[in-house]
Amino acid sequence: MRHLIGMDDLSVADIDKLIATAEDIIASPEKYSDVCRGKKLATLFYEPSTRTRLSFEAAMMELGGGVLGFSEAQSSSAAKGESVADTAKVISCFADIMVMRHFKEGAPMVAARNASIPVINAGDGGHNHPTQTLTDLLTIKREKGRLTNMTIGLCGDLKFGRTVHSLIEAMSRYEGIRFVLIAPEELPVPDYIKHEVLEKNGIPYEETTDLEAVLPSLDVLYMTRVQRERFFNEQDYIRLKDSYILTPLKLAKAKADCTVLHPLPRVNEISVAVDKDPRACYFKQVLCGKYIRMALIKMLLESTSEEA
Amino acid sequence: MKVDSIRNGVVIDHITPGRGMAIYRFLGLDRLNCPIAIIMNAASRRMGAKDIIKVDVDLPLELDALGYIDPDVTVNVIENGILTRKYHPGLPEEIVDIVKCKNPRCITTTEQELPHVFRLTDKENRTYRCIYCESKSKE
Ligand SMILES: [Zn+2]
Repeated sequence: MRHLIGMDDLSVADIDKLIATAEDIIASPEKYSDVCRGKKLATLFYEPSTRTRLSFEAAMMELGGGVLGFSEAQSSSAAKGESVADTAKVISCFADIMVMRHFKEGAPMVAARNASIPVINAGDGGHNHPTQTLTDLLTIKREKGRLTNMTIGLCGDLKFGRTVHSLIEAMSRYEGIRFVLIAPEELPVPDYIKHEVLEKNGIPYEETTDLEAVLPSLDVLYMTRVQRERFFNEQDYIRLKDSYILTPLKLAKAKADCTVLHPLPRVNEISVAVDKDPRACYFKQVLCGKYIRMALIKMLLESTSEEA
Repeated sequence: MKVDSIRNGVVIDHITPGRGMAIYRFLGLDRLNCPIAIIMNAASRRMGAKDIIKVDVDLPLELDALGYIDPDVTVNVIENGILTRKYHPGLPEEIVDIVKCKNPRCITTTEQELPHVFRLTDKENRTYRCIYCESKSKE
């Protein structure tokens, strides 16, 4: 039986297969509308994340399956003190596959070690969120037609942004990738990513604080939020926040086929006026999220039935 | 007991000098009530100096974790006064409930009955990571 706890659980071949399946679902959804008939997905959300939960639920419904679960810890047996291990065993009796989001790092791994059905990690604290990364990969593949040979700019809070770290690790497995890391001095990419991922694999990268200067070189621009609470003082935040807001004026400097992504929700780091630009792909990204989750659910359920 | 002659037990040899006491505590030898000898800074042809621990005990000792602390030690098993087995524990692939995860955000901090499992992720640097949160182990 297979689980998806972190991106390490997937080989490049697995990722390519998931992307191919997702693209086939997009091309001919009717072929897939019944593949999970009679199957149930349990969504165990110990911390609320409506967007992620609805994406999984919509994915299962479009595969013809059913959904059940809880959307916050207060309404579940966790409120009575049940362990994640016991909950995983109990849920295994009701559902065919489960999705877990938890505020503690490693909770989905505990579930996987105790469940008799596949477990998908939908975010465990600041640790892993592999379906967000798969979503990003599918979106890049759809927009670019490839996952190789491109310059990817990552902009905003690169220190605490787990989606950014995970995307760097995932894209580092493909040929010809170059990164431009655009962040305020207070929020750089952590050293272990630079040393253990980029330098170890000989991947070229550039660090800068100036978004506008590097925009013309980017094939993909991945925006993230710069949160006020990450700064020690208000002045630093106010001084910096505007330089990381993407506006139509700034975007004018980007390549005609630059792909602008954002894991959402955004606050103000991409101005609404950018939404009309064909290069703005962050809402397509949400749609890609549903399709890649469909491909994932299908793959994990098939891996289980092959063993049976 | 005579330090040299053990009837039934183990001799842990070639301990990195100065690590003897750490291993003594780590293996929980302080909880046994059998004769134990710790020899510090003994002369060694191979290592210059070494520590040695001799335990005169009938029960099997849990030595899997030893390689985590000092992977180059030699374990000599003695039965009825005869050396019956000699081995190097090496770096264990996995250690269970030997060290605790110190990451306050880790699930092991709230679910106290979970086993603390660390896996060897980098042989060269002897890096062990928590299987749940992937934090590095600290002794
Ligand atoms: Zn941990």
